[in-house]
Amino acid sequence: MGSIELIGVTDGILSNDAGKAMIMPTNVRFIQGNEACVEGALYAGLKFFAGYPITPSTEIAEHLAVQLPRRGGKFIQMEDEIASMCAIIGASLTGRKVLTATSGPGFSLMQEALGYAVMAEIPCVIVNVQRGGPSTGLPTHISQGDVNQARWGTHGDHAIIALTASNHQDVFAMTVEAFNMAETYRTPVVLLFDEVVGHMRERLVLPEPGQHPLVERLKTSVREGVDYHPYLPREDGRLPMSDFGGVHRYNVTGLYHDMWGFPSDNPKVVHGLIRHLVDKIEDHVGSIARYKTYFLEDASTVLVSYGATARSALHVVESQRRKGQKFGLFELQTLWPFPYEIVGEACGHAKQVVVVEMNMGHVYREVQKALGYADHVFLANRIDGVFITPTDIRQTLRLITGKGV
Amino acid sequence: MTTQTTRKYLRERFMPHIWCAGCGHGTVLNALIRAFEALGMSRNEIVMVSGIGCSSRITGYVDVHTLHTLHGRALAFATGVKLSKPELNVIVPMGDGDALAIGGNHFIHAARRNIALTALVMNNRIYGMTGGQYSPLSGYGISATTAPYTSIDPDFDVVALSMAAGATFVARTTTYHVNEMFDFFQKAILHEGFAVVEVLTQCPTYFGRKNKMGNAADMLTYYKENTVALGARSEKEHPHMIKRGIFIQEEKPEYCSQYDKVMERAQKGRP
Amino acid sequence: MARARLKELCINRQWCKGCGICIAFCPKHVLELDASDKVIAVRTQDCTACAMCALRCPDMAITVEKEEKKSGKRDPL
Repeated sequence: MGSIELIGVTDGILSNDAGKAMIMPTNVRFIQGNEACVEGALYAGLKFFAGYPITPSTEIAEHLAVQLPRRGGKFIQMEDEIASMCAIIGASLTGRKVLTATSGPGFSLMQEALGYAVMAEIPCVIVNVQRGGPSTGLPTHISQGDVNQARWGTHGDHAIIALTASNHQDVFAMTVEAFNMAETYRTPVVLLFDEVVGHMRERLVLPEPGQHPLVERLKTSVREGVDYHPYLPREDGRLPMSDFGGVHRYNVTGLYHDMWGFPSDNPKVVHGLIRHLVDKIEDHVGSIARYKTYFLEDASTVLVSYGATARSALHVVESQRRKGQKFGLFELQTLWPFPYEIVGEACGHAKQVVVVEMNMGHVYREVQKALGYADHVFLANRIDGVFITPTDIRQTLRLITGKGV
Repeated sequence: MTTQTTRKYLRERFMPHIWCAGCGHGTVLNALIRAFEALGMSRNEIVMVSGIGCSSRITGYVDVHTLHTLHGRALAFATGVKLSKPELNVIVPMGDGDALAIGGNHFIHAARRNIALTALVMNNRIYGMTGGQYSPLSGYGISATTAPYTSIDPDFDVVALSMAAGATFVARTTTYHVNEMFDFFQKAILHEGFAVVEVLTQCPTYFGRKNKMGNAADMLTYYKENTVALGARSEKEHPHMIKRGIFIQEEKPEYCSQYDKVMERAQKGRP
Repeated sequence: MARARLKELCINRQWCKGCGICIAFCPKHVLELDASDKVIAVRTQDCTACAMCALRCPDMAITVEKEEKKSGKRDPL
């Protein structure tokens, strides 16, 4: 535990190998991606964390165990990931911003309560620092094999928001965005990081307060004694909340429910609710989409990537550009809802589109869909727990351009 | 003076409730809302968190903040509510399968933490909502749809389990002994720590019918004749009867107040 | 000491499911089921207003109103 604090540059002084003091700006950190996530969550106003230790996400819990009680927040280590997910939902209902963090096996256990949060429209953020799967898989090695689990892991039709990032500045920013989207859409938001980003150390410049806009809980203005409908969307589709312990007493359930939150199997109510749960997210794909583009204007070969993998992809693009080849990169940060139109436009003119990811083609299939199943979409992947390198990507490029290995 | 179940805490528009004729769960609801009234509790300070099953429907009828969650997970949700806002009174009614099969792990860990939740185990020894399957509290030799040749599973003793896990208030009563139930509910709610009240509650529809226990009144008669109050003279004469009473009531550090101390330490400096 | 006597016994027929618990345990046999399987009070004159029927009723369908009858002398003013 002691080692955690060594990295904090709270007093602005670090010592180098020779023991000589170096002055560093107080807002610059050299930290792990998991810590960048913690910083983003605290910046966003996190007040409650429940979790269970699991590699490679454990540092998130460890750092929050230090930081939350300092700031009047609550940290609890639960008996398992099921309980962790349930506890943050309970805490969210009292009006707090909440988080849990896990990896594949724990994420599997959380699916039941994740679906509850979807159904009951509870704002919460779930970090999954991906490792190799299925099952216990490769605890200390990278994979991006949970992309479809984030989308479809819980049962029943629903929409979900899942974000990712390739570097610590973006991990911070996407974590803040995740909290903002959770509040805006009253929904769970999944942060799909990976082992490489989670454990790698790099520079993070902490933004000033106010630099990143924050979305706070939308509270109802309905006064005491006036009928409050927790599940009646306003004209703009948002649903103001009332904290447990406040003046409005209502019911929260995982069953299909009416505007008061009471169970209903009325076909009209059921149809209306499932449409609402899907539409409130799918109708806002454009506003939820976060992505970065590199050299796309004239690119004839577009790499599509996300997470740590996008770093290798960017390296390839930059080195090919130096050789005068028209390479570009589309880096996805919003994985779900998948921005089909945006990807379709970005890659529409490319002669070849190569999806770089560390799984058997989760995003590859979505890009195919976005491009009308064109035959110039390829997958450059690695699935052996070893981080995909620019050399690996170039090898695939040589194969698909008929140059051999 | 009027003896009736207070309407103040009841969501009357949902009455009559969904439970079968003679189901003991209604009697638990009856005693619980009378306990709220006797304690003069504000409806806004109470959160009821339930899981899934017949028992869990109890929350829908009580006009407090109600959270109807997932099968077995009520205590985990409740832990989040309580730790986040310790000033709330959090009551967690559960069924026997809910609390001790699928929710068994959450149950022992909530007890271990001694977090101030009031856990009510409405023990009818059967899964009623799904139509009469045996539960970990059915016990040996019980007939159920999934034990057509009678059950070979021994049962948990809820009281012994709760005490071993660390609960600091543990009581058992039945739906026949309504005044005792009313009394235990109040004491459990006031207790500063994890409180468990096991209520033996009849399921005439499935448990009763499958095991030839007669109607609801016959099942209450069974509770009357086969249970004995702790400390009663007859307790020693009938050592095999089911014991009722408060088995433990002790003061130990409560989880949320312990966390306040963690915050104090954290705010003083480095760990 | 005050001794309770029945003032009124109300049965909510909408809520009563006719389970018979109140009938089985009434010490004075005040209650019965009617033709539509709802509880009715047939011998209210025997009722001691113990109210156990109201407390045990799973349907919260029974209200017992007691009349407090004082014994002994009135308190001097």
